[in-house]
Amino acid sequence: MSLFGFHYRLERKAIGLTLAIILVASIGGLVEIAPLFTIHQTVEDAPDMRVYTPLELAGRNIYIREGCYACHSQMIRTLRDEVDRYGPYSLAVESKYDHPMLWGSKRTGPDLARIGEKYSDQWHVAHMNNPRDVVPVSVMPAYGWLLTTELRTDDLGLHLKAMRRVGVPYTDDMIANAAVDAYAQSNPDSPLADGVTKRYGKATTLRAFDGQPGRLTEMDAMVAYLQVLGRLTDAATKSTARAEAGQ
Amino acid sequence: MAVEQPERDSYTGYLTTGHEWNGLKELNTPVPRAVYFFLILTFVFSVGYWVLMPAWPLGVTYTKGLLGIDQRNLVAASLQDAAQERSVWTKRIETESFAAIQSDARLMAIVRETGHTLFGNNCAACHGADAKGGPGFPNLTTGSWLWGGKPEDIFNTIRVGINSTHPDTHVGQMPAFGRDQMLPRQDVIKVVSYVYSLSHPGATDVDPAKVEAGKAIFAANCVACHGADAKGNPELGAPNLTDRDWIYGGDFNAIDTTVWGGRQGHMPTWEGRLSALDRKILTLYLVDKRTPRP
Repeated sequence: MSLFGFHYRLERKAIGLTLAIILVASIGGLVEIAPLFTIHQTVEDAPDMRVYTPLELAGRNIYIREGCYACHSQMIRTLRDEVDRYGPYSLAVESKYDHPMLWGSKRTGPDLARIGEKYSDQWHVAHMNNPRDVVPVSVMPAYGWLLTTELRTDDLGLHLKAMRRVGVPYTDDMIANAAVDAYAQSNPDSPLADGVTKRYGKATTLRAFDGQPGRLTEMDAMVAYLQVLGRLTDAATKSTARAEAGQ
Repeated sequence: MAVEQPERDSYTGYLTTGHEWNGLKELNTPVPRAVYFFLILTFVFSVGYWVLMPAWPLGVTYTKGLLGIDQRNLVAASLQDAAQERSVWTKRIETESFAAIQSDARLMAIVRETGHTLFGNNCAACHGADAKGGPGFPNLTTGSWLWGGKPEDIFNTIRVGINSTHPDTHVGQMPAFGRDQMLPRQDVIKVVSYVYSLSHPGATDVDPAKVEAGKAIFAANCVACHGADAKGNPELGAPNLTDRDWIYGGDFNAIDTTVWGGRQGHMPTWEGRLSALDRKILTLYLVDKRTPRP
């Protein structure tokens, strides 16, 4: 067979064989990944989507630091039982500002893609402090120190800047006020709170997330982040409604 | 370099590779036909797959496939099918009154089963898998409801939530009488003594003089919400203080913490998350849970 004859000859040339392997092995990647840069039909539009506030971004960093993604996914698949249990399936656009994405690959605990505002702040604080207090059968570790550890805010502007480098539209104003906004979001009665609403939109939640208005703890950041999951845009709800109407 | 002549092995009849290692020669056995066959089969399959399913990228779009299959439509269809299957009984739950459903044993059996799943998925995190609550989260099986215990009331509370983001939310707050300096420390202790005595008649561990003094303070500060008889007001979400059902604990210290620092519970709205049908099933499930069945 001439094809095999070609291969016999190729096998005798080390560099030629190496190049041929690289060429063939990259076909799969090129066909799967490269088109995503030009085909925009696969990612939905969400013009109303807002960015994470500095406090929420800090919470996201703690989520990554504590390895929450090892047991919790943030990706509702297009399967009936998942939509029944967790809500509308996840859309690509919902991870637009997630660098890196936290879809996860394993669920020891439940999916968190739509956990935002499902439970109260008090519940999240009690649960994080000791999961067994509210869910007796839980196997989740306790994260009590979040409640007593002050949140580091001096580097938040740099975190925002780093996100801007990879495409998140943070403005100079947002970056300059990152630390102030993180404090104000967890102190709704403070005079600085208006700035958060001005920069991040009216839908931004301002609350003393950890139940201690005067202090800015890592728990504030964590709960703020959990309460915004699935709520940066309502594109998913709209898209499911459209699909159910058969359009 | 000598030109290698193909050499046929006399024993197997196959060619050798032409190499020799210390007298050993390597056979060049051809790939078995079955492997070629399955390889060709997978190529044929993939051609069929390219035609039928979404496959090839074409610059700004991609081939959609003749079958027009889209995972999102599939899940929408399976959700519709499920709703269709359940419509035999969901229609009745949607349209009939609470009383009518409660008197139908077969419907209530469905409510118990479906309600259990809905409750477990959405409510159990706070209220517990057995609906008996925990510190800070109300027990739903006692029959004492902050915002009214009629099925219509419970249905509405699930819809709007308490101190939630819903525009029609129930709003309730116990002021921080001590921390916000509305009452001096001694008065707080007196009124706590009085409140403690309401649910612990004949208790000997509080000072009767303080109980008596607390009565007046209660009348001046607390009756607007909790009522002159301290039996609460479901319009304001003010709890009955004369029973043994406490959300934040009913011992002296717990009541003291509540009066001193105030309370403001939070229940999320479920209107955007659960359908009216699901919320009605949950209401019936809870009403049924507090009615002891024979």
